[in-house]
Amino acid sequence: MSETVQVIKAEELKPKFKYEISKIHGAEKLMLCFQCGTCTADCPVSRFSDFYRPRRIARMVQLGLKDRILSDKHLWICTTCYTCIDHCPQDVEVANVIRVLRNLSVKHTNSMPLVYKELAGNLVKSGFVYLIPESRIRRREQAGLPPLPKTKPDEIAKVFELTGLAKILEGCETFEKVE
Amino acid sequence: MAEERPKYLIFLGCVIPYRLSSYEISARKVLARLGVELVEMPEYNCCGFPMDPVNHDVMLILAARNLCVAERENLNILTLCNGCFGTLNKANKTLKEDKEERERINKYLAEFGMEFKGTIEVKHLVHVLTEDVGFEKIKDSVKKPLSSLRVAQHTGCHLVRPKKLIEKDDPENPTLLKELIKLTGAKPLDYMDEAECCGNPIIGVNESIPFQMAKEKLEHIRAVGAQALITVCPFCHMMYDLNQPRIERAFNEKFNIPVLHYPQLLGLAMGFTPEELLLNELRVKPADLLNEFQRGRE
Repeated sequence: MSETVQVIKAEELKPKFKYEISKIHGAEKLMLCFQCGTCTADCPVSRFSDFYRPRRIARMVQLGLKDRILSDKHLWICTTCYTCIDHCPQDVEVANVIRVLRNLSVKHTNSMPLVYKELAGNLVKSGFVYLIPESRIRRREQAGLPPLPKTKPDEIAKVFELTGLAKILEGCETFEKVE
Repeated sequence: MAEERPKYLIFLGCVIPYRLSSYEISARKVLARLGVELVEMPEYNCCGFPMDPVNHDVMLILAARNLCVAERENLNILTLCNGCFGTLNKANKTLKEDKEERERINKYLAEFGMEFKGTIEVKHLVHVLTEDVGFEKIKDSVKKPLSSLRVAQHTGCHLVRPKKLIEKDDPENPTLLKELIKLTGAKPLDYMDEAECCGNPIIGVNESIPFQMAKEKLEHIRAVGAQALITVCPFCHMMYDLNQPRIERAFNEKFNIPVLHYPQLLGLAMGFTPEELLLNELRVKPADLLNEFQRGRE
């Protein structure tokens, strides 16, 4: 892999960004990251990616590279194994910081991976994130399993509406793959 | 005084009804045999895990709605899925301990005539077996020990991490599932990187990385000569069973490692037939394993 030089211009830096992020539940200890790299050394995804580095994500937020980090699609390849949370000597909860950034990225870039839009669509239709085929339901009966519990899709729609997710889902763009 | 039977509200989640009835059926069979009473959820929605990346509040509200249903029934929740356990447990602890968050989420819940009070607990199948049923009782239920079998275990992340939210097993070296495997007579094998993630949660955005992660794990399992892999999460199970032929094709490898849900393993040891436990529904057919198991009986 060839190394590329990235130029950061001072006007790109948003000095207050780190404080905004630190106020959000899960990212409170972001400022304590001293770049030891434990999260990245122990990350099962980083081993197989040339780009995904949790340590870099934390540093980019501290530096205030708001636009760059919120539009970085590599935010979406954290598996949420939480190893970084358990191993961080500063208790930064790196995976939770990434979750906070993903949530903000959806609003900031008005986009999300297609899979989440699909899962949300299923959820609001059925209460399950997958549409359970009729054949499965019949097979449950044949196997003597109890019927699936009742769901209230209209209430899920209300949850989406109250949290603002409905509006985002309506107009957002999607992308399929993150390499 | 008569012994009180453990009683739980069973939380199936989405993956199990969608495609893994084998896990549900085998779990219901062994739990009934062990005297655990299961009550169906009168009302349900997805635990919330899949929505956390796009909106954390949606996750908390969806999880809390299920917790409120359980509170109304005055029953603790039993999950079969690590993801459901991790999410419901996290929401339950957060809302119990953080007054501000509880009040904030309760405002949403009021729209549905619900209120989170914090009166129940969330447990995974593994916790119910180890804490409520107990090793002695499980051991007594084993009629046909699987003494010739050597297996690997995959506990999965959300059953043990983050440690400070769970504190029931060692995430670096999980042993509860190994203890449960020993009770069936099978031998749990140590292998490299046992605690490594399956990778499945990102398969919708990147297939190559989870496939490499799973391939590496399958190599480590093959290296110690395990005849099967034992899981306790439908999502991890899909990664190693359903996707195994695709991983084999992608890397031009042959693993042929059957992946059993733990209740299938325990069920065999209890004397249920492979048909009753739906072993035929596994993608990687456990034919060799069953032949050997059969020979051990003769």
